[in-house]
Amino acid sequence: MSDGNKGNEERRYVHEDGMGIELERLGPNAWRIPRKDGMRVPAVIYASEKLIQKIKEDKTLIQAQNVTHLKGIQKSCYVMPDAHQGYGFPIGGVAAFDIDEGVISPGGVGYDINCSVRLLRTDLSFKDFNKKKTELIRVLFDNVPCGVGRGSRTKFSKDQITELLGGGAQWVVKQGFGKKEDCVKTEENGKMDADPNEVSQRAMQRGLDQVGTLGAGNHFLEIQKIGTVFENNAAKVFGIDDDEKITVMIHCGSRGLGHQVASDFIKLMEDEYGFKDLPDRELICAPVQSSLGQRYLKAMAAAANFGFANKQMITHHVRESFNKVFGETDISVMYDICHNIAKIEDHIIDGVKKKVCVHRKGATRSLGPGRKEVPEQYRDIGQPIIIPGSMGTASYVLAGTKTAEEVSFSSTAHGAGRVSSRSKALHNIRGEDVKRRLEAQGIEVKSASWKTIAEEAPEVYKDIDEVIRVSKELGIGIPIVRLLPIGVIKG
Amino acid sequence: MYAKKQNKGMKKATPAETDKRYLFLEHTADAKFRAFGKTLEEAFGNAAVAMFSIMLSPEKIKPVLRREITAIGNDESALLYNFLEELLFLLDTEGFALREVRKIKIGKIKTGMKTSFALKASVSGDYARMYETHGDVKAITYNDMIVRKEDNRYMVQVVVDL
Repeated sequence: MSDGNKGNEERRYVHEDGMGIELERLGPNAWRIPRKDGMRVPAVIYASEKLIQKIKEDKTLIQAQNVTHLKGIQKSCYVMPDAHQGYGFPIGGVAAFDIDEGVISPGGVGYDINCSVRLLRTDLSFKDFNKKKTELIRVLFDNVPCGVGRGSRTKFSKDQITELLGGGAQWVVKQGFGKKEDCVKTEENGKMDADPNEVSQRAMQRGLDQVGTLGAGNHFLEIQKIGTVFENNAAKVFGIDDDEKITVMIHCGSRGLGHQVASDFIKLMEDEYGFKDLPDRELICAPVQSSLGQRYLKAMAAAANFGFANKQMITHHVRESFNKVFGETDISVMYDICHNIAKIEDHIIDGVKKKVCVHRKGATRSLGPGRKEVPEQYRDIGQPIIIPGSMGTASYVLAGTKTAEEVSFSSTAHGAGRVSSRSKALHNIRGEDVKRRLEAQGIEVKSASWKTIAEEAPEVYKDIDEVIRVSKELGIGIPIVRLLPIGVIKG
Repeated sequence: MYAKKQNKGMKKATPAETDKRYLFLEHTADAKFRAFGKTLEEAFGNAAVAMFSIMLSPEKIKPVLRREITAIGNDESALLYNFLEELLFLLDTEGFALREVRKIKIGKIKTGMKTSFALKASVSGDYARMYETHGDVKAITYNDMIVRKEDNRYMVQVVVDL
């Protein structure tokens, strides 16, 4: 660990960014906004020189500073290397609050509750895959509904959705869409402690026809091959050490249901607590122990279960598709991680073990070896962390660390992070050109529209390799395997 | 503190902007747009079209379905928020894609001491699955939201979460 929030680092220099935010450099990959005025704790940003330049260009730093004003915040607001401006909290923001004195904020979780990534391993070789690549991508595109306004292939009743909100991926498996083992390899075993009654009828209606749908925007389904293996033993334990094998990555969330839960509770909290004492209206929150705070946690968990269930159903559609094209194919879940979530966790603060409410918004949990939350099979290595790149660039599997427990409330980055707006992308980039360029690299892209391809072009995202390098240097995630895209489906 | 912040950057639209029904402003990760109208109603209607233009091309949608929408809000911002959310609700539950807002009426309602705003609209469109779609609007936000009258027209500004 070369740098971090240890408190006595040499201050190399102090300067102010465009918004008048004072920034101290703590080390090659760490910066701090020192505590002042209404800040209860400092904010610590984990970024290289290159990444901090991008971070300074939008409201990320001021948003991180604003988060430190919230009641009961512990240690620091941490900002991950892929951070960018968000709603209230920055994307890539991690904050933990005392569960008795602190708050829970829907903006600290995000609208897409349990936006998450699942990685599937297959026993299919790259060589065999390549023979029927185009056919498989076409079948997948037909089998996994994507884009806006396209509903589920398997219809569930309202009563079934209520059960799903309580049972998550486990409930979906019980209906025959998957294997028990799928849930064992999912964060929270694919089911959080939820109360479906806290989900409004309106949210329920929005989710009714969306189980097993990918959605649109930055969500995707990607076929990859295992590229570089950095740590042989860990890769073997994770079952992704054979560089000839195909993997499948699913990135999506809780769809309209989760978005509505977030909107509903933002409104309820505004009515109950108001925002006049907050530095930003979007930091609306409620005490963790208040009735509204507890209700939000239960509703958020139900939406998270919807997210787990959604990916479980998509996994089923992926299996169907592979079986149809390649015959019986063995497809198993490597792991499934959340990157928009709040959880009650134990952390050591000032040498004492304490229960805190950790918000991870665009950040991934990173648990070191030996933790009971990690599937038994992986426990000696640490929790698998899945970090997707942008369309056409590599993705990574990392392992969680003990260091992350000390310096970032067990968190690391979640992706590449946008650097350029969609409107700018549409103005400067043609989807047809991107598709052609990627095809020349052996990456087949299928999307409902050219516009999506332009909006999600690799150049509108940060350099994923740099994000991973910083994570590694800080010791908040150890790279195990690099995955290379060969086919992408976008909504 | 919030109100003070919101007033910043409220500069008037340039003449070129006034010719358009709506336009998009720079935003790294989400989408920010302004919509204009001679009346508040027209500005709201154009905001609805702007929001759908993030996901599809409203001008290509056939006006074969009609839906009636009502919304209420404590102030004009809340009314705009709830109106747009109602349209997202129609999209998620019925797959309804907006072509245009055909009729829209905004009025005030008094209940005791409290005045709130109410809206009734008739919208036309078609099922989204029949068309090419791109992008996704997850939620409406109050982030940088503006509803104001300037000279002889109305301008509304909205940031939606993508």
